[in-house]
Amino acid sequence: MFGYSMGDIGNIMIMQGFSGLSMFTVLLLMALGLAIIFGQMGVINMAHGEFMTIGAYTTVMLSKVAATYGFVNYYFLIAIVLAFILAFALGYFVEFIMIRHLYKRPLDTLLATWGLSLVMQQAFRSSFGAKEMSAELPEWMLGSFKPTPDIDIPINGVFVMVLALLVTAGVYIFMYRSRWGLRVRATVQNRVMAGAVGINTKKVDRVTFALGCGIAGVAGAAFTTIASTGPTTGTLYIVDSFMVVVFGGAASLMGTIASAFGIAQAQSILQFFMTSSMGKVTTLLVIVGILMMKPEGLFASKLRK
Amino acid sequence: MNASLSKLVGGKQGAIGLALLAALIFVVLPLGVDIFRLNLVGKYLTYAFVAVSLVLLWGNGGILSLGQGIFFGLGGYGMAMFMKLEASDPITTKIQTTPGIPDFMDWNQITELPWFWHPFQSLPLTILAILVIPALFAYFIGFAMFKRRVGGVYFAIITQAIALILSILIVGQQGLTGGVNGITDLKTVMGWDTRTDSAKYILYYVNGILLIGSILLSKYILNSKFGMLLLAMRDKEERVRFSGYDVSNFKIFIFCVAAMISAVGGAMFTLQVGFMSPSFVGIVPSIEMVIFCAVGGRMSLIGAVYGTLLVNYGKTVFSETYPELWLFLMGGLFITVVMFFPNGLAGIYEKYAKKIKFLRKFSDAQPEKAADVVPTNEIKEMGAKA
Repeated sequence: MFGYSMGDIGNIMIMQGFSGLSMFTVLLLMALGLAIIFGQMGVINMAHGEFMTIGAYTTVMLSKVAATYGFVNYYFLIAIVLAFILAFALGYFVEFIMIRHLYKRPLDTLLATWGLSLVMQQAFRSSFGAKEMSAELPEWMLGSFKPTPDIDIPINGVFVMVLALLVTAGVYIFMYRSRWGLRVRATVQNRVMAGAVGINTKKVDRVTFALGCGIAGVAGAAFTTIASTGPTTGTLYIVDSFMVVVFGGAASLMGTIASAFGIAQAQSILQFFMTSSMGKVTTLLVIVGILMMKPEGLFASKLRK
Repeated sequence: MNASLSKLVGGKQGAIGLALLAALIFVVLPLGVDIFRLNLVGKYLTYAFVAVSLVLLWGNGGILSLGQGIFFGLGGYGMAMFMKLEASDPITTKIQTTPGIPDFMDWNQITELPWFWHPFQSLPLTILAILVIPALFAYFIGFAMFKRRVGGVYFAIITQAIALILSILIVGQQGLTGGVNGITDLKTVMGWDTRTDSAKYILYYVNGILLIGSILLSKYILNSKFGMLLLAMRDKEERVRFSGYDVSNFKIFIFCVAAMISAVGGAMFTLQVGFMSPSFVGIVPSIEMVIFCAVGGRMSLIGAVYGTLLVNYGKTVFSETYPELWLFLMGGLFITVVMFFPNGLAGIYEKYAKKIKFLRKFSDAQPEKAADVVPTNEIKEMGAKA
């Protein structure tokens, strides 16, 4: 097959699979935030990629500070928290001045948030310059370990994957095991009734939106370990993460994880055997094809509309 | 006859609006600006085709397509392929390894014209392809989506993904499509040089006539019973379905019409600008064209044209002098229009036009008091129109 021996294919699969895993983590974190916002509130946030970029720039800037003051080894953990807080705060603010006026017009939210993404991109360009920047990784994240001589697994990939799993677990606990999550789900299912039993639905909306943005910020922090950050970084992932959310079936956490995994792996492995653009085209075509046959996504709960 | 004509242009008010637009396109602009600027206006007016198609699709049908760039691009590439083949005859390309094929194919070691380029050797087939291929493609997408009752944001996301796929495909298949540079160096149509000043004037007028024609066609559609159904579908889809109409077929039809109108715009773009590239196919141009439509007014066919001209004029002025400010302005404009003026310029105009009518009535009764109120409103209205 393609002139490789079976052993080579195995190794390529594992290594491409692993590089797919880094993409999977970023996609998963992006899609988790989107899935919360879109699945729970029906709002399309086109500026989601820019919230990710905020997280990425936070990490890059903090790494520069860390390099001067000599705490490079553990700045990354602070960066994750800071990225979350900044993106959360901005998301909270955006919901307050913009999104909450548009809940009844979902298509208009899509357009307004696209306007917001333009403004944010230009703001990044004006404040950080058009050049791409990369974070200085702590020493323990560099390097790789080799289970066999032919397989090479980078440690930063493992780290962000653990991070993504932790965030996913956190989101799960928040949504399905906490009072807050209960309120969010109640608001989604029946807004009027939820209001009648004393849930402050407006506050629930605001926190849900901000939480989604905050997770995008964490995705940005994870992103800095695999690529460099520029003003338009967010646009790279936005369509992919929308595809993940729609493909997995909105409002389904398991579906989001499974489809993020599938899409990232398919792209990564196909990109090795075809050109990078054809790999992406094939993956997207398959997704669009499946969505045309099964528009509610792979893991949507059966609902009568 | 007279009644159907008045129905076509939309009564006295519609006729005045259309006449004003025609006067602007055919008289004021050609007399007022030099040929370089006029060519630029012509380019903007090709985007107006897409904005008009979005009024049909989005404003009246409630279907937001974030992939109109697909159809603009298909039309544009169709025309570009024809002109490129004409530009690369065996004599002018005799220094190539394989004479008679476009230069970028030769650079990519392609020795034979790919099969899908062959129909574009003839002009009638090209024109047919420009109209039919986008419509067929739209039919295919629409059939797959609307028959399964996919609509709203899902439709928007999927059309966006298709726009992305198409632009990546064009960039990736450099040997077949010209890649990221697009198809360039387009000079002649059937031996007629499109780069001379007189040709530019002729193309500008052809473009204007086609645009007015598209607006008339759209008006005809919107004023028919089908137009009423479209509005009803936008507002209460289930109700229309339960009344016994096949909603999905109407949606597919309007999507195909919108695709065709956009494709004509794309073909005129190639003719006037002389190249076509994937940067007019992808997500960003597709959404920008939605902005043009939103600024002009998503319910107003004529407003969409003004919106396109205005936004592009602003883009040219600002990106020449303050490129940094432009994206802030564009983003801000978009947010403001969507949040506060969902009906765009046309909505503002109508609001003030009604006020003036009301004030005129009022001033007839009490002429001395209201006299100084009217002019300020008229100024505002003129500001809104400009």
